[in-house]
Amino acid sequence: MLLAEVVGSTAAIGYGLAAIGPGIGVGLIFAAYIQSTARQPESARITQPFMWIGFAVVEVLALLAIAFGFIWQGTLS
Amino acid sequence: MTGQTIVLAAETPFPPTVEDFYLPSLFTGGGVWFTKITLLLWLSVAILIVYFLVSYRNPQLVPTKRQWLAESIYGFVRNNIAVDMIGKEGVRFAPYLTTLFSFIFLMNLWSIVPFAQVSPNAHIAFPIVLALISYVLFIYLGFKKHGRGYLKFALVPPAPWFILPILVPIEFFSNFVVRPFSLAVRLFANMFAGHMLLLVFTLGGFAMIQSNLLLAPISVLSWLMTIALTFLDFAVIALQAYVFTVLTASYIQGSLAEGH
Repeated sequence: MLLAEVVGSTAAIGYGLAAIGPGIGVGLIFAAYIQSTARQPESARITQPFMWIGFAVVEVLALLAIAFGFIWQGTLS
Repeated sequence: MTGQTIVLAAETPFPPTVEDFYLPSLFTGGGVWFTKITLLLWLSVAILIVYFLVSYRNPQLVPTKRQWLAESIYGFVRNNIAVDMIGKEGVRFAPYLTTLFSFIFLMNLWSIVPFAQVSPNAHIAFPIVLALISYVLFIYLGFKKHGRGYLKFALVPPAPWFILPILVPIEFFSNFVVRPFSLAVRLFANMFAGHMLLLVFTLGGFAMIQSNLLLAPISVLSWLMTIALTFLDFAVIALQAYVFTVLTASYIQGSLAEGH
């Protein structure tokens, strides 16, 4: 007996859930960079490459979700 | 996506799908492989080769503007990427990294150039090849430096013996599987998603007008959003070229490092 029926693409729901993690992650990276630069401005140039590397590595999870959303298209019911 | 309806209102196919990335052949007799993507790829290679050759034709001690620009590109990659990441030995890899950086940047740039509007890197074949080259490079360097001990160096971190059974598979997966895969997918997905976003807002504007003329102001908003996203796309283009090169340099540094 069906209590509630949801039709449509679960890939959309999946991507919405998958975007939470990288969103928080990217926020943490930039928060760390801003804080460390506020405490010690001379370190800004040194830590900047690590900021970009970290951002790209975290972002790749969100982008994998975009790509896999098309590969794993599924529908409920 | 059987749950979605595709609005075919007088030839504005909305929403855009993956099929929009399979472009038609450019010339009727050209064969199915000669699409806009192929043309852009050839253009990128030609522009790069010609630009760097011409810029260094008569090198002066006091550089001309064109020579200065080409030297700045090489200097940026050599100083801020190769030497910063790898150390003094980085100068040996600076030519490869400069080529990688400028090639990826130029290939990505087609994504926002009018009439081109799609980056060849939105087809995963090209990022795969670039990632494979970097992959083979850092593995070859590891074997050349450490000999057969490279596998022990790469897979066995300094850790107590009883967690090594968990750590070694993780290290193997992380070093030899995830690295090339993520290099390729990062570049591909950024270009793919950027192009999709621009498609959504552009085609959405047209689809809205075609369905109801009163929606015209919203369509203009949609197109303004496209312009804003184009600027964002430019930032992503530069960033992805930089990140690919920096990560390659970092993997090379990891292979060339001394033992733990």
